Amino acid sequence: MSKKYDKIVENAVGRKVPEEINGEKHVAFKGVGKHRPTGNKYGPPIPSCADYPDDGDKRQSSLKEALLKSGIKDGMTISTHHHFRNGDVIANQIFAIAAELGIKDLRWFPSASFPCHEPMIEHMKSGVINRIEGSMNGPLGKFASEGNMKGVGVLRSHGGRYQAVQDGEVHIDIAVIAAPAADAFGNANGVHGDAACGLLGFALADAQHADKVIVATDNLVDFPCIPWQIHGNWVDYTVEVDKIGIPEKIVSGTTRITKSPDRLRIAELTANFCDAAGIIRDGFSFQSGAGGTALAVGEFFAQMMKERNIKARFIRAGSNKYPVKMLEDGLADYILDGQTFDLEGVRSIRENPNHVNTSPFTSYNYHGKGNFASMVDVVMLGATEVDVNFNANVVTHSDGYMLHGIGGWQNCLFARTTILPIPLFRDRIPVIRDRVTTLCGPGELIDVIVTERGIAINPKRIDLIEKAHNAGLPLKTIEELKVEAEDICGMPENPQLEDEIIGVVKWVDGTIIDAVYKVKTK
Amino acid sequence: MNKNIYKAGNNGDKVRSDCYVEILRSENPLEISLESKVDKLYGNNIRKLVKDVAAQFEFTHGTIRVVDTGALDFIIVARLEAALRMATGKEISYLLPQRDDNREPGKKDRYRFTRLYLPGNTPKLMLNAGVHSPDGLILDLEDAVAPDKKYEARFLVRNALRNLKFYGAERMVRVNQIPQGLEDLEYIVPHGVNMVLVPKCESAEQIHSVNKVIDKLKNEHHIDNDIWLMPIIESALGVIKAYEIASSTDNVVAMAIGLEDYTADLGTLRTDEGVESFYARSQMVNACRAAKIQPIDSVFSDIEDMEALRENVLRSKQLGFEGMGCIHPRQVPVVQKTFAPSEKELDKAKKIYKAFEDAKAKGLGVVSLGSKMIDPPVVKRAQRQIYVAVKTGLLDENWINKE
Repeated sequence: MSKKYDKIVENAVGRKVPEEINGEKHVAFKGVGKHRPTGNKYGPPIPSCADYPDDGDKRQSSLKEALLKSGIKDGMTISTHHHFRNGDVIANQIFAIAAELGIKDLRWFPSASFPCHEPMIEHMKSGVINRIEGSMNGPLGKFASEGNMKGVGVLRSHGGRYQAVQDGEVHIDIAVIAAPAADAFGNANGVHGDAACGLLGFALADAQHADKVIVATDNLVDFPCIPWQIHGNWVDYTVEVDKIGIPEKIVSGTTRITKSPDRLRIAELTANFCDAAGIIRDGFSFQSGAGGTALAVGEFFAQMMKERNIKARFIRAGSNKYPVKMLEDGLADYILDGQTFDLEGVRSIRENPNHVNTSPFTSYNYHGKGNFASMVDVVMLGATEVDVNFNANVVTHSDGYMLHGIGGWQNCLFARTTILPIPLFRDRIPVIRDRVTTLCGPGELIDVIVTERGIAINPKRIDLIEKAHNAGLPLKTIEELKVEAEDICGMPENPQLEDEIIGVVKWVDGTIIDAVYKVKTK
Repeated sequence: MNKNIYKAGNNGDKVRSDCYVEILRSENPLEISLESKVDKLYGNNIRKLVKDVAAQFEFTHGTIRVVDTGALDFIIVARLEAALRMATGKEISYLLPQRDDNREPGKKDRYRFTRLYLPGNTPKLMLNAGVHSPDGLILDLEDAVAPDKKYEARFLVRNALRNLKFYGAERMVRVNQIPQGLEDLEYIVPHGVNMVLVPKCESAEQIHSVNKVIDKLKNEHHIDNDIWLMPIIESALGVIKAYEIASSTDNVVAMAIGLEDYTADLGTLRTDEGVESFYARSQMVNACRAAKIQPIDSVFSDIEDMEALRENVLRSKQLGFEGMGCIHPRQVPVVQKTFAPSEKELDKAKKIYKAFEDAKAKGLGVVSLGSKMIDPPVVKRAQRQIYVAVKTGLLDENWINKE
């Protein structure tokens, strides 16, 4: 067997990364907008109607049957999606079946993983799964960070995942799409049924490009299943199962506005900064995540819009009840939604034609003819660490452990103004560091850091500095913020890492921006 | 319970930024165990601190178990000191170098629109409190600390006075009721406290007894700056004695009212409108003005309703109060903004102020604005509003030359 990784080079942000991983060739990061793909997009084998039932009934007796029909075997790539978040039950079933069948060395290609996927650890230990290419956090993050995964993990953004599939960088053998509502032909949506989760956009790339596509549902409806975010024409097999997901865990997550006075201050400063920068005007657009601070920023925006009698043209979301209320209160014309975080979001997308589903293709894909993320006026994102050059980390914790997926984070950096509203330190650990543990986003795309102790604007954004200059905001340099945090918290030690690479972080264009190293456990 | 176990600090699911210490005395050589959320980044530093503090106490046999949830050094050593004092009976202080800015003496005439209460044994709430820019931060040793935590809270409050970043807020401590509160003073007076809040105050003697201890400590520790006092009136008797207390000594610079206890003493309930406390509040303001000190109003306890808070502050301002206690950081800007002169008030004050200056320059005995004569008390009020506006940053010091 070939080495896990090889051909280490230094990339354009000074990080040492392998150009050969798991026996496949990759390209090191060249700089923002520098890499140009060549050739054509990947196309799956051409199917024929002659091989599918005329009555459209593609049902199989069980998930196992469907996997067998799909030709599951050693070394394949199997993809699943995270629209059920921590309430997903199907991914674990798939690999339990594979284990039962004695299949080895699978690549699991989820759009994200959650703590509910802890059983995968056993499959990695027993060799059923070779590696995960997708976000790893919680128990999986710990397992991989401690060097226990056989292959090297590959972490991609939502847009990067679409790009990798579309470009043929990742060839999916079998995609299993868990759907809250589907018909026997395979048309499917996320808005009806007990496990309604809103959207299925994360499964779009897989539906379009996988060799075999299986749709599993616990809510089989008569043809046609309307709306059909996933077209049955892409689907090979359908399966009816007892339970597709655990509804109360599907809508879990941080969906409440923060009550912490410190986070509210960060949110208020963020909104005030946006105001000073002239961003909040009639017809603007914004995106903020579902975290408590981000939601609070949206609420401050809403207050400003109400007072001035203006509205946003669109909100890009991650939606839940707060942006939905803004839409319904007439404070925005549209929500362009990538995933829904609560039942209000699901209801709204089902009922309101101005609450529109989007996908990683429309919103994020870098190898397309533009995407929505770059058209957003301002985006608020998180980060675990930022360095004095505004490079940021969203994947690993300061102790080196993988903590978060990239999600749409990298893709969103292309917004006109990118703001990281983050506390200056968390449980004593300063956020601003000399060097980020893992570099996920280049500083040239990160414009502003807003902390409870002050706002640092990237010196490259002279325009923002000029606008914010006399607005009574607590502007500081990023170095000043760093010194302040260290003055309070003391100087942290550097994380204890081995030389061994256990994962790589892809940039939005498929190049490798950084490597993730094994954490020293002794 | 094992009598040889000594505990300090808080532990549990919701505890953050704190440190729990458990000490077991035994015949075995010292063993230190550390569970820390930040072990990989600060573990070595914490272990070194633990060894250091143990060495100071010459604690060489037994175990020290530390559970750290991201506490800063001054918190860790406060917990260690509390537990080691109990375990060894030795009265040794382990102090980190004091922050330079925490040595600044307090100013008598600074404005005290907002003072934010912080429970004296809850480090998590202290760390960012100053960022919300209250005029004062009160480390509370009295009602916000459970009786069985009073002992360890003193060390935490002492260390916070020395090492917490206050961001320019006045460093205040509310001690326990006198006479118990007198014992608190040795933990705060030598450590940079600007102002001591004396709760449930009912007589000038209580203030004198506080000052006696303060003077003794100042003498011992060679402190020559003043330490200001803010008595809190919380009973019917206190209200009757308000002027006596307000004028008791020179270092009483403000006096507050505590309405929860006061209304309980009256046998009535506190309402938002405050009809039941109108007499007491008026009496307070009157006593304070007579003694030329700042009258400060009670806290407003509904932390969710900012509009009700604003209305409350407006009533308070109308009664003549000059500040209010806050129990949540989000109350600070609301109280601050409402107490400060409004734009309209300020515009009028500026006109009157200028008219007065003009009249003075021209040697006129009478101030007039347009065709209207301005009475001296009106001028005085305007001057006061201008002063407040300058003090609170609403108005540039040189506004008169700039306009």
